[in-house]
Amino acid sequence: MATESFPLADATSDPLVGGGDTPPVEPGPGERKRLTKWQLYSRRFVRNRPAVAGIVIFVLLVAFALVGPLFAKYDHVELDFLALSDPPNPDHWFGTNNAGNDLYAMVVVGLQRSLLIAVVVATGTTILSAVIGTAAAYFGGRIERFALFVIHFLMVAPTFLLLAMMSNDSGGDWKVIALVLILVSWFFQARTIWTLSLSLREREYVHAARYMGVPGMRIVLRHLIPNIGSLLVINFTLGVVGAVMAETGLSFLGFGVKLPDVSLGSLIGIGASSMSSAPWMFYFPAAALTLLTVSMALVADGLRDALDPTSAAGGRA
Amino acid sequence: MTTPVLSVRDLTVSFPSEAGRVDAVRGVSFDVAPGRTLGIVGESGSGKSVTSLAVMGLLDENARIGGSVTFDGEELLGKSDTQMSKIRGNGLAMIFQDPLTSLTPVFTVGDQIVEALTIHNSRMSRRAAWDRAVELLKLVGIPRPQERVRSFPHEFSGGMRQRVVIAIAMANNPKLIIADEPTTALDVTIQAQILDLIGTAQRETGAAVMMITHDMGVVANIADDVIVMYAGRAIEQAGVDTLFADTRMPYSIGLLGAIPRVDKAEKQPLVPIKGSPPLLVDLPDACPFAARCPIAVDACLAAEPQLLAVEGAVDHRAACIRAEEIRAGLIDGEPVYPIPEIPTSSLEQLPREDRKPTLEVENLTKTFPLTKGAFRKRKIGEVRAVKGVSFDIREGETMAIVGESGSGKTTTLLQIMDFAPQADGDIRIVGTSVTDIKGGRAERQLRRDVQIVFQDPVGSLDPRMTVFDVIAEPLRTVATPTAEIGPRVDELMDLVGLDPAHSDRFPAAFSGGQRQRIGIARALATNPRLVVLDEPVSALDVSVQAGVINLLDELKVRLGLSYLFVAHDLSVVRHIADRVAVMYLGGFVEHGDVDAVFDDPQHPYTRALLSAIPIPDPVKERTREHIVLTGDLPSPTDEISGCPFVTRCPLYQTLDPEQQIRCESEVPLLTGRPGVHVNACHYR
Repeated sequence: MATESFPLADATSDPLVGGGDTPPVEPGPGERKRLTKWQLYSRRFVRNRPAVAGIVIFVLLVAFALVGPLFAKYDHVELDFLALSDPPNPDHWFGTNNAGNDLYAMVVVGLQRSLLIAVVVATGTTILSAVIGTAAAYFGGRIERFALFVIHFLMVAPTFLLLAMMSNDSGGDWKVIALVLILVSWFFQARTIWTLSLSLREREYVHAARYMGVPGMRIVLRHLIPNIGSLLVINFTLGVVGAVMAETGLSFLGFGVKLPDVSLGSLIGIGASSMSSAPWMFYFPAAALTLLTVSMALVADGLRDALDPTSAAGGRA
Repeated sequence: MTTPVLSVRDLTVSFPSEAGRVDAVRGVSFDVAPGRTLGIVGESGSGKSVTSLAVMGLLDENARIGGSVTFDGEELLGKSDTQMSKIRGNGLAMIFQDPLTSLTPVFTVGDQIVEALTIHNSRMSRRAAWDRAVELLKLVGIPRPQERVRSFPHEFSGGMRQRVVIAIAMANNPKLIIADEPTTALDVTIQAQILDLIGTAQRETGAAVMMITHDMGVVANIADDVIVMYAGRAIEQAGVDTLFADTRMPYSIGLLGAIPRVDKAEKQPLVPIKGSPPLLVDLPDACPFAARCPIAVDACLAAEPQLLAVEGAVDHRAACIRAEEIRAGLIDGEPVYPIPEIPTSSLEQLPREDRKPTLEVENLTKTFPLTKGAFRKRKIGEVRAVKGVSFDIREGETMAIVGESGSGKTTTLLQIMDFAPQADGDIRIVGTSVTDIKGGRAERQLRRDVQIVFQDPVGSLDPRMTVFDVIAEPLRTVATPTAEIGPRVDELMDLVGLDPAHSDRFPAAFSGGQRQRIGIARALATNPRLVVLDEPVSALDVSVQAGVINLLDELKVRLGLSYLFVAHDLSVVRHIADRVAVMYLGGFVEHGDVDAVFDDPQHPYTRALLSAIPIPDPVKERTREHIVLTGDLPSPTDEISGCPFVTRCPLYQTLDPEQQIRCESEVPLLTGRPGVHVNACHYR
C-alpha cells in the first residue's frame, strides 16, 4: 500500500481527515467514525512502545499484589525466629528482616497498601479538582473568587508539613493518610482545569444549554467535565504516581503507614537503615516502587500523546 | 498567445491519514497568463487551497506531490525549501485568508514590509526600503502612511491589515499573486475595497492573480478565467462569461442555483445539492459527483469523466459525459435541478397588524464599561454596543438584523436571550416582560418559547453527547416524561430531514449541514414560538446552505414560527426575511419590509452595503455601480454627537456646509412610513 511510504501522520492535525468538517461517506457514516475514534486512540497508544511496556508492567504488578499472597508461605506479621536477617533463599524468597518477618509477604502487602492508597487518592483528587475547577470557571463571580483564593492559599502553604503532622496524629491509619493526601494535592490540578474550562465555558454548546434553561450544576457535570475527559484520564494516571511518591515519602520519614501495617514506603524506610548488612531489605521494595511509578508515568505519557487535548479543537478529543 | 507565468500540469497531492491515503488534488492542470486573473472556486475540501499551497511549496513534508508546476520557465516541484524561499515573496506572492494572523504582532508593519523588501534585495539600503514601504502603504490606501508605517498590526483594523498584507505581497513586483480567500474574513463593504485593491495591485505590478474562493460573486467580480473544483479535480474550466452563461457541468449549475441573489425579489426556493462531497480516500473510478447528481446515468459510474473541451468552444472544458446535452442549465428543456416546493403559510394572508407579536423590544440598550488599572478598576469610558433599539416580530414573521461586525447585532440578540432587564425599555416575549421573571422556574417556562440556533455547527453541539442526548436535553430540562422523549426525538429528526435511526451517533459523524439540522431540531424540541438564528448558514458551504435555508422556510410555515435572524449576508436575508433592520454602530439606520428596503434603499449606508455585495453574474457585475465606502467603522467608544455614519457617508460629501453641520450635530431619528419603511438620515 502506498500509505506505508509515509510516516504515519498525526491524524488530528491533518486538516483533511481530522478536521470537523470531514464529510462522512454514505452509507453508515456513524459506525465507521465511531469505531475509528477508539481504534485511533488505541492505535496511537500502541504506537508508543514504552507506554505499552508500562501498561504490561503495571498489570503484572497488580496481578502480583492480588495473587501474590496465595503463594506466600508466611503471613507478613508472622515471625520466623529460625531465620533472622536471612538473605533470599528457597524458603523466604525475598529474605527476612532482623525480627524474622518474611519480606516477600511484606512486599506483597505493602504493594497492596500503596496501590490502594494511590488509586483512592488519584480518584479523589481527580473528582475534586474536576468539579471545583470547572464549577469555578462556569459560575464565575463570587464562587470563582473564593475557589481561587483557597487554591492560591494552598499553593503557598507548606502542605507537606501539615500532611505529616496530621497523618502522624492518626497513628498511621491508611484511610486518614489517603484523605489527607487528597486534601493537599487536588488544587494544582484544579487550577489547570479552571484555566482550561474558561475557554470551554465560552463554547456555543454551553451557551446553548444555558439558553435552554439547563441548571448550572448540570451544565458543569454534563457538558464541561466530559469535555476535559482526556485531561482527567491523564491527571488520574499522573495522580497515581504522585500519590505513591507522597505516601512513600511520608512512610519513609516515619509519618505514614505504621507497623504492623506496611507499605512500600515504610519497607524502604526500614530497608534503608540496614543497607549494608541486609541490602535485600531495601532492594526488593525499592524495585517494586520503581516499577510501579515508572510504569504509570509511561502510561500517562502514552495517554497524553494518544488523547492530546489540543485535538479537542476539531470537536473531539 | 503570451507565455503563461504559471503552468500547472497534472498536479497531484496526497496526504497520509489514519483512514488511508487522502488524494486531496487529483490531476489539475491550468495556465495563468500575465495580467490575467484565474478564479478557482469550490467548496471546502475540494482541494483548491491545497493546490495553491502546492504551488507555493508550503505543504507539509508528509504530503506527496506529483506532476509539474512551472513558474516563469522554472520547475518548482522538487525544489528545496531554501530554493523556494528565493522565489516566494519575490516572484510569487501570497495573500492569506486571515489578516489577523498573517502579520507578526511584535514588529511594526514598516519593519515587516522592509523585511520583505531587503530579504530578496540585499543591496537595497534601509532608507530606500523605508521610503518604498511608505510608498506601498500609500498605494494600498492606508491614510497618513508616514505615521502609520511605525504602527503595530494590532493598531489596524482587519481590513487595514489585509491592505498591509497586500502591500507586502506587492513589495517586490511579483509576477504572480496567489490570493487564498482574501476577503472571506472581512465585511462586505471592506471586501469591496479589498477586491478593488487587488485589481489595483494587479495593474500596478502587471502580475497574474490566482484567486481562490468559494464565493461565486467574487469570481464574477474579479476573474477572467474560472476553474470549478470538486473532489480534488477541475470539473469545469472556462472564461468567466462563458461559465456563467453556458454552464455545462451539473455541479457548477448547482453551485450557481444554490446561491440566494440579492438582486432578485421573488421568493423562489433555492436549489440545494443533496448529499455531501465524497471522502477522498480510495475513490472508485467513477464520476465523484454521480451520487449527488440529479441527472446521473449508469454510464457515470463506469469511469471518471475526463475534462474535455465542450463542442464548439475553444477554451470551455467540462468533465461530464452529458455536457453536450446540457445547455444553459437546462437538459431536454427541463432544469437540471428540479425546483423544490415550499408550502405557503395561511398566516401570510393575515395583515401584519392583526397578528400577535411574539417579541417586542423597546429601547434596548447595552453598554460595557471600559476599565483601567490592575488593582482598583477605574471606569474610563464605556462601549455603547447597542443604543436604544426598538422593534417587534409578529407571528409567522422573519425579522432580520444585518450589519457589519461590530455593529452590535449579536449583542442585541444575546441581550434578548439573556433576558436582560432594561432600565429604560423592555423586552417582551410572547407578552411576558423579562422584568417579571423571578426565579429559575419562571425563566425555564419562558425559555420554552424562545430558542436559539448558533452559527458554528461544530461548536454548538457537545462532541461527547450522542445526537439523541443533544436533542433530548431541552426536553429533559422542561421535565418531559421519559416515555415521551424517545418518540419526540424521532419526530424532530424526521422534521429536519435526518434519519431517526442515526440518533445514537455522535455529532462528529455528521457533516456541517447535518449538524446544523441537529441544532435546529434541538431548538424546536420545546415547541418554541420564536427561534433566534445567529448566522445559521454562514459557516456552511453554498450547496448545503441552500438546503438549510429551505428547511428554515418550510419549518416557519409548518410550525408557525417567528424568526429573529442575524446575518451579515444580505443575499440570504433578502431570501429569508419578511422584515429587515440595518444596524450601524449600535443603532438601526433603516428598518422596514424587506422588499421596500432592498428595492428602494434610502440610507446611504444601506445603499453602500447593497452595492458592495458581488452578484454572481459577470455581465451585471461589470455594469453595476459600486459605492465603495472609504474607511472603517468608527470606534464605539467615541462620543458621537451627530450622525454616526458621517465619517464614511458618500452623501455627506455632496452636501453644502450648512447641511453638513446638521449631520454633525444632530442625531437623525428613524423617520418615514412607520411600520413599513423608516430610515435614519436627515436628507433621505
